[in-house]
Amino acid sequence: MKLTLHIWRQKSAKEKGAMATYQVDHISPDMSFLEMLDTLNEQLILNSEEPVAFDHDCREGICGACALTVNGVPHGPEAQTTICQLHMRKFNDGDALYVEPWRARAFPVVKDLVVDRSAFDRIMAAGGFVSAHTGGVPDANAILIGKDAADKAMDYAACIGCGACVAACKNSSAMLFVGAKISQYAHLPQGQPERKRRALAMVAKMDEEGFGACTNLYECEAVCPKGISVAGIALMNRDFLRAKLTYVETKTGGA
Amino acid sequence: MSLNANIPSGPLTQKWEKHRFEMKLINPANKRKYSVIVVGTGLAGASAAASLAELGYKVDAFCYQDSPRRAHSIAAQGGINAAKNYPNDGDSVYRLFYDTIKGGDYRAREGNVYRLAEVSNEIIDQCVAQGVPFAREYGGYLDNRSFGGAQVSRTFYARGQTGQQLLLGAYSAMMRQVGLGAVNLHARTELMDIVIVDGHARGIVTRNLCTGAVETWAADAVILATGGYANVFFLSTNAIACNVTASYRAYKKGAMFANPCYTQIHPTCIPVTGDHQSKLTLMSESLRNDGRIWVPKAVGDKRAPGDIPEADRDYYLERMYPSFGNLSPRDISSRAAKRVCDEGRGVGASGYGVYLDFADSIHRLGRGTIEERYGNLFEMYERITGENPYTVPMRIYPAAHYTMGGLWVDYNLMSTIPGLHVLGEANFSDHGANRLGASALMQGLADGYFVIPYTIANYFATAKTAKVTTDHPEFRKAEAEVRARMQTLLALNGKKTVAQIHRELGDVMWEFSGMGRNDAGLRKALERVPVLRDEFWNNAKVVGQGEEMNIALERAGRVADFLEFAEVMLHDALDRKESCGGHFREEYQSEDGEAKRDDENYAYVAAWEYAGVGVKPVLHKEELEFENVKLQTRSYK
Amino acid sequence: MASIVSYLKSSILSKVVMAATGVVLVAFLSGHMLGNTQMYLGQDKMNHYAETLQSLGVALWLIRGFIFLSVVLHIVTSINLKIINMRARPVAYVQKNWVKATIFSRTMLWTGVMIGLFVTYHIMHFTLGTTNPGSFHLTDAAGRHDVYTVVLLGYQNVAISAVYIAAMILLGFHLAHAISSAFQTLGVNHPKYTGIIETGSALVSLVIVCGFISVPLGVLLGFIKPVAVLAAGGM
Repeated sequence: MKLTLHIWRQKSAKEKGAMATYQVDHISPDMSFLEMLDTLNEQLILNSEEPVAFDHDCREGICGACALTVNGVPHGPEAQTTICQLHMRKFNDGDALYVEPWRARAFPVVKDLVVDRSAFDRIMAAGGFVSAHTGGVPDANAILIGKDAADKAMDYAACIGCGACVAACKNSSAMLFVGAKISQYAHLPQGQPERKRRALAMVAKMDEEGFGACTNLYECEAVCPKGISVAGIALMNRDFLRAKLTYVETKTGGA
Repeated sequence: MSLNANIPSGPLTQKWEKHRFEMKLINPANKRKYSVIVVGTGLAGASAAASLAELGYKVDAFCYQDSPRRAHSIAAQGGINAAKNYPNDGDSVYRLFYDTIKGGDYRAREGNVYRLAEVSNEIIDQCVAQGVPFAREYGGYLDNRSFGGAQVSRTFYARGQTGQQLLLGAYSAMMRQVGLGAVNLHARTELMDIVIVDGHARGIVTRNLCTGAVETWAADAVILATGGYANVFFLSTNAIACNVTASYRAYKKGAMFANPCYTQIHPTCIPVTGDHQSKLTLMSESLRNDGRIWVPKAVGDKRAPGDIPEADRDYYLERMYPSFGNLSPRDISSRAAKRVCDEGRGVGASGYGVYLDFADSIHRLGRGTIEERYGNLFEMYERITGENPYTVPMRIYPAAHYTMGGLWVDYNLMSTIPGLHVLGEANFSDHGANRLGASALMQGLADGYFVIPYTIANYFATAKTAKVTTDHPEFRKAEAEVRARMQTLLALNGKKTVAQIHRELGDVMWEFSGMGRNDAGLRKALERVPVLRDEFWNNAKVVGQGEEMNIALERAGRVADFLEFAEVMLHDALDRKESCGGHFREEYQSEDGEAKRDDENYAYVAAWEYAGVGVKPVLHKEELEFENVKLQTRSYK
Repeated sequence: MASIVSYLKSSILSKVVMAATGVVLVAFLSGHMLGNTQMYLGQDKMNHYAETLQSLGVALWLIRGFIFLSVVLHIVTSINLKIINMRARPVAYVQKNWVKATIFSRTMLWTGVMIGLFVTYHIMHFTLGTTNPGSFHLTDAAGRHDVYTVVLLGYQNVAISAVYIAAMILLGFHLAHAISSAFQTLGVNHPKYTGIIETGSALVSLVIVCGFISVPLGVLLGFIKPVAVLAAGGM
């Protein structure tokens, strides 16, 4: 296969970027999309040009590192597939492909196709946990969780934190990501004690990081490689509103 | 140097408890005066960082990924073992201990393994408390399955994403500490070297992968939780950037490397399709519960699988190992696959593949049940290969997956460099010559949650080292070395890319030091690796600058270390004149092709001491003592 | 005041305000639409209905005030959200494709703006009579404000009818996304009911839009006739 690639090149966060055009040849349909980019990079290095920087690691669809928009769709055209698992047999000889980074103020470009997604980590640090310190916890079977609740929690826990939801959203909103974490814990008994605090803290941090607001286009759900449901956003809205209306932080001094 | 494993005396079942009592403690108010560097944020690193910060230590955590949540523990699919005996099927701490020792082909320490089995139960409790959504039964109790050849159901799982869920649990615990200011997180920061002051590990040199800035960090102890080195084979199931650099740098600074030749080859990976291949994808071992493995009986039978009648098929695992069949342990299944392919009976375009066939299970249980159990795996297979495994049998082939070898540590998980602790896959301690399925997650979390928080206090309380800062000359020296090395790498302007050389190294290692090894092959590899290394330093090409994100430079640094480390691995493989677990020396096998151990001469841990680049390292032996388990020939027939 | 508008800083609270005011406006639209269909019942019924509304006095002004407040909040919040959302993506994609988002959901702001402009005109036309001072103050035989004829005269003008119909189609676009979206924002999303909510929302939008459009269409097609024709005994 022969392809024309239009790729976003940006030297650093401070400099302006632009699209650059490259030709690649002898692309096997059995290659993954990233292996196709590897081929381009090998070519560039041998020509003494800088290779295209892009994030990737596990290349089996679970680490969430890879983050490319292909022809205007995060992770490319195949549903529920990360770009590392997308194979070139999904494209045709002679195709022209536009490859761009995730675009959001909260995900500034580091270089080329690499963006900084540490905003997600900061949201997690604000409340994406159950406060259980190591040791002193009850036996695992002491907490009964029905299969349905466990499965629901797992549906949301499957999020890989890739940020495709933000990239696809018209408003660069992170609500699917935040909604998924809040919903995972909301479906589990372990998540109940901190439920209100968590919703308030995570949403506040999300707003502070400069993500947009959801306008219910559900584009996030459509591009999510793990098929996370927007029902998680509704649950987050509900929990946040309830917490906003009812939660009062207790401020008692210890002795 | 003598190796003292510091295994507590006394009966096996009381060693850990006794040791915990005998170890010194640090007063709660004094804990904040101690700082710890944790490198790597996988299961071992994240759980250690979280637990140590909870105790009050000052923690700096480093990872090369853009987020600690992406460490490669996340890719573990199958599950995590624990001796809970919830299914009432005869499991116990002792049985998990025994199975692990036996599975490791009697090349692991009894004391370490027993402790691992003991704390396995606490791990499950901890993870559940964190909100890890393990699979449950309708009544709300935890579900267990049998995994990787175990005859009891002791594996806890979260769909096919157990590693992900456990890592997110540890990550969230760590992020809570980040939010509280107890852990300073440094993502996209790669370790370049370790700093030793007065014989103790006191800090690290790092490179910021975004800005290229070289920085130094001082602390009272350093923990490496930097994973394994399977990428020495170039193609493996590891993530692309997994590397040996941290372990190798420690080795060069005096830490011993133990059993580097013990590498695990996983039997169920998707076969290689061509030279473009950048990594191999694992298909969960759980598939072997319902899939039947076969190849054609006749050499060169190129018929489509559906056209080959039952009579012409060889279900070789069921034939050779009737009691374990398709569930035989990983090393045994892998070698059997290699054997049938070497005979010319392999399937697929390359001839290096065997069928994993679900037709019988679909017929027996219905497609719905199979879909429920393995639906996501089948989809993944179809995405990668373009073939539908419901109608055409899967093709699988073994691939490098895990490395049992690693930096030598004592019972306290401390290396031969005082203050340098090593956790998880990066150390060598618990799996012997072969790791059982679903035991890697267990070990990573055991080390991080339940071992290091105790043993590090003892180190602080006994070592009593003076405070150092990064102004110390040793730091300046290490930093200067790192900068010089970067400049040397950046000056490389030859005709080959680093990836090409890495691929060639991988080919050599896979051919001569992969599933089967022999004297002649290992000697040949020992000739070829230095040649490749010379080619790297003379003919590789690295572009770009040091003071920016530079993916070519990052890779060059990692491959340069693999090119030196590979020799250590080969020396170890050559030196160990026996077959055990993942180390199969073709000269040492029984008539029917099974591994033949030599307990008389090789029941030891081989710990290698650095002696210079291209110089054979110095071997130190830690004799393994088996007081509780009788050494037997591992049989799965 | 500062604390009242502080909700604008929160993405979810802003969305909730959009949804809640949206619910008020949909309720108003439903009532308005049902009122309009009185036109089919003739001059007497229509003018009686109009007079009854007028006679509410203070209550009418309270209702109007409430609706006006909702409109203002709806607009102010949407502008604020738009600013937040535009800021969230400073560099646009060179190429952007949509997988699931509909044209309706992506154009809410623009259909909203058009509806806003239309409403201004509509108030000047039928509430204040600014655009049609000549015919606005007609009275019927009973001395009531002859709303029936005012509306009829308006819609007999093809251009005016076209504006009304076009505006209602835009309103339909807006509602097509708005109603089910409000449920989601207010936290109602359940596998058992989401399908019903979506179908129901589409149906409600369709009924509202068709109800509104039917009046100008009815006039143009002659189903709703001038008083003179009715008096002459035709039909």
